[in-house]
Amino acid sequence: MNPPTVLPLIARTAAAWTATLLLVFPLLWLFLTAFKTELQAIHVPPLLIFTPTLDNFAEVQVRSDYLLFAKNSIITSVGSTLLGLLIAAPAAYSMAFFRTRKTRDLLMWMLSTKMMPAVGALVPIYVIAQTSGLLDTVTALTIVFTMSNLPIMVWMLYSYFKDIPPEILEAARMDGASVWSEFRHVILPLGMGGFASTGLLCLVLSWNEAFWSLNLSSAKAGTLAALIASYSSPEGLFWAKLSAASLMAIAPIVVFGWFSQKQLVQGLTFGAVK
Amino acid sequence: MSFLQLMGVEKHFGAMRAIKGLDLGIERGEFVVFVGPSGCGKSTLLRLIAGLEGIDRGSLLLDGRDITRLPSSKRDLAMVFQSYALYPHMSVADNMSFALRLANVDKAIIRDKVRRAAEILNLGPYLDRTPRELSGGQRQRVAIGRAIVRSPKVFLFDEPLSNLDAALRGQTRVEIAKLHRELGATTIYVTHDQVEAMTLADRVVVLRDGAIEQVGTPLELYDRPANRFVAQFIGTPQMNVVEAAAVPQLESVLGIKVPAGGFVGLRPESVALTAAGAGQVQAQVELVESLGAETLVHVSTDRGAQFVARQNQRSELHAGDAVGIAFDPAAAHLFDASGRVAGRSSAHVH
Repeated sequence: MNPPTVLPLIARTAAAWTATLLLVFPLLWLFLTAFKTELQAIHVPPLLIFTPTLDNFAEVQVRSDYLLFAKNSIITSVGSTLLGLLIAAPAAYSMAFFRTRKTRDLLMWMLSTKMMPAVGALVPIYVIAQTSGLLDTVTALTIVFTMSNLPIMVWMLYSYFKDIPPEILEAARMDGASVWSEFRHVILPLGMGGFASTGLLCLVLSWNEAFWSLNLSSAKAGTLAALIASYSSPEGLFWAKLSAASLMAIAPIVVFGWFSQKQLVQGLTFGAVK
Repeated sequence: MSFLQLMGVEKHFGAMRAIKGLDLGIERGEFVVFVGPSGCGKSTLLRLIAGLEGIDRGSLLLDGRDITRLPSSKRDLAMVFQSYALYPHMSVADNMSFALRLANVDKAIIRDKVRRAAEILNLGPYLDRTPRELSGGQRQRVAIGRAIVRSPKVFLFDEPLSNLDAALRGQTRVEIAKLHRELGATTIYVTHDQVEAMTLADRVVVLRDGAIEQVGTPLELYDRPANRFVAQFIGTPQMNVVEAAAVPQLESVLGIKVPAGGFVGLRPESVALTAAGAGQVQAQVELVESLGAETLVHVSTDRGAQFVARQNQRSELHAGDAVGIAFDPAAAHLFDASGRVAGRSSAHVH
C-alpha cells in the first residue's frame, strides 16, 4: 500500500472524529443531564453551562434503592459468569481434545440457539420460573443468564483450547497426570487468557442483559437494567433522574471495561487474530 | 515372555485396519527401532504402547503385568515427542520435574535427579529458562531430560530428530546412542530414517501397512532381507532390483534359478563396472554422482534394466559412456513374483 498522502489523512482523521463524536454524543448528553435539575434538563436550547447538582443521584437511591439493584446486578453477572465457566470449560475441553465427527455440528447447533429471538422462549421460561417459585429471584436470572451466554462461552474457550497443542496434554498424561491435574497444571495456566476474556465478556453481557431481567423480575431481583426502565414511567419522563439512574447503572461496567479492555478486545476477536 | 510383549495387537481407525494383529517381544535393556515409510503405522504402534490410543484387540504385557487397558498415566513409560511437547509455561527444571512432582516425590530427591539429568545433557545453565528461550537442540535435550529423570520402565521416542537440522540430527543421534549405553534403559524409537534405525538399534522392526515385514539386527536386515520391500527400504542407495527376464544373462552368470516372474536384487557395492565389451552385460552410463568418498554410477542396459554401482574411488566416466557390468555372483538376492525372498547365492550370508 502507498503511504497516505496529506489530504486523505486529514479526511480520514475528520471521519474518525465524526464517527467517534456521533457514538459518544448520547453518552455525553446523558452525563451532562444527570447533573441538571429536571427543569434544566428539558430546557431548549440545551444548556451547556449550568451549576451541577447531585440531587438526582440521591433521589434515585431514595426512590428506588439503587444499591439493591446494583447488588442484584453484581450477583447475577458474577454468578452467571462463574457458573458458565464451570459448565463451559469441561465442554470446550472435550470438544477441543476429544473431537468426533459430530463436534463441529454440535458447536454450530449451540451457536444457532443464539440466533433465535429470546422472546420465542419467553413464555415457557416464564412458566417454568413461575411454577418453580423462582419468579423475581436472582437464582432464576443467574440461571437464565448462564444459559443464554453458554454457547458463546463454549465457543470462545473451545477456540482458545484448540490452540493448545494436544501433544502437551499427552506429555502430561505420560508424566502421570490425571484428568484433573492435566487441567490444573496445563490447561488452566495455558488457557488463562481464554478464561479471562471469556469471563469478562460474559460479565459484561450479563450486566447489560435487559430482556430477561425486565420480564422475570421486578422489585426484589431486578437488576440495574430494570432500574433504568422503571424511570420511564406512565407518569411521564424525568430526564434528569433517568439520566442519573442510567449513569449509575453503566458506570461500574464502563470503569470495569476500561481496565480490562485489552482482554476484552482479545476475546471479541477470538479466532481471528491471536 | 519378554519384558514388553505385544500379542495380536490391533488398531482400527473407522474401516481402516491401521495395525494388523502384531506380535512382538522386546527384551529388557534393548534398543528397538520401528522403521517404515510414512503411514506404515509405526507411530500408531508407539502410541498404542504409550496408551495414547486404545488397543482394539490383543494385549500388551509389561514386565509380566497386563497394561492393555491401563491409562498412559499409570503405565510408567516416558515419551519424547517429535514436537518436544514441553510445557511452555514452566521452566526447564519444572518441565523435567513435573512427573516427579505429580508423584509427590521428596523435593530433595527431585532436585538431585534434575541436577544429574541436566549434567548428563549439558542443560545446567538453562534450568531457569522457559522453553521459548531455548534453541531447537536444547529443547530436544529438555524433552529427553524429562524422560530420564523419571527412570521409566521403557523410553519411547517418536521421531525425535525430525525437527532438527542435519548437523544437529547427526550429533543428537550419537548422544542418544551414548545415553542408551550409559543408562541401559529399554527403548523404543520410531523413525522413517533408515540411517537412524541402522545406527541406533539393537533390533530393527520394519513395518509396512500396519504389519511387520521383518525383525532383526541392522546387519541381518541388510544382508538377509526377508522380502523385496525390506531389501529396498534398508540401505542407501537402495538395492538394485530388476526383473530377471530383463537381464537373461543373470541366471547363467550367477548360477542360480530365478522363479518365473521373479526378481534379482544386487546391492550397489556388488555391481562393478568394467570397460565396454568386458563384464557380463553391456550398458550405458546415465548419471554419475560424485560424493567425494564414493561415486554412484547409474547405468542402464539395452533392455532397460537400471542399476546403480557404488565405487570407492573417483570415476572418469561420463553420461553416455558405454560400460560393461560385472556382477558379484556371491551377493545376489532372489525374489519371487510376489516379492518374497526365494533364495540367495549362499556365499554372502555370514
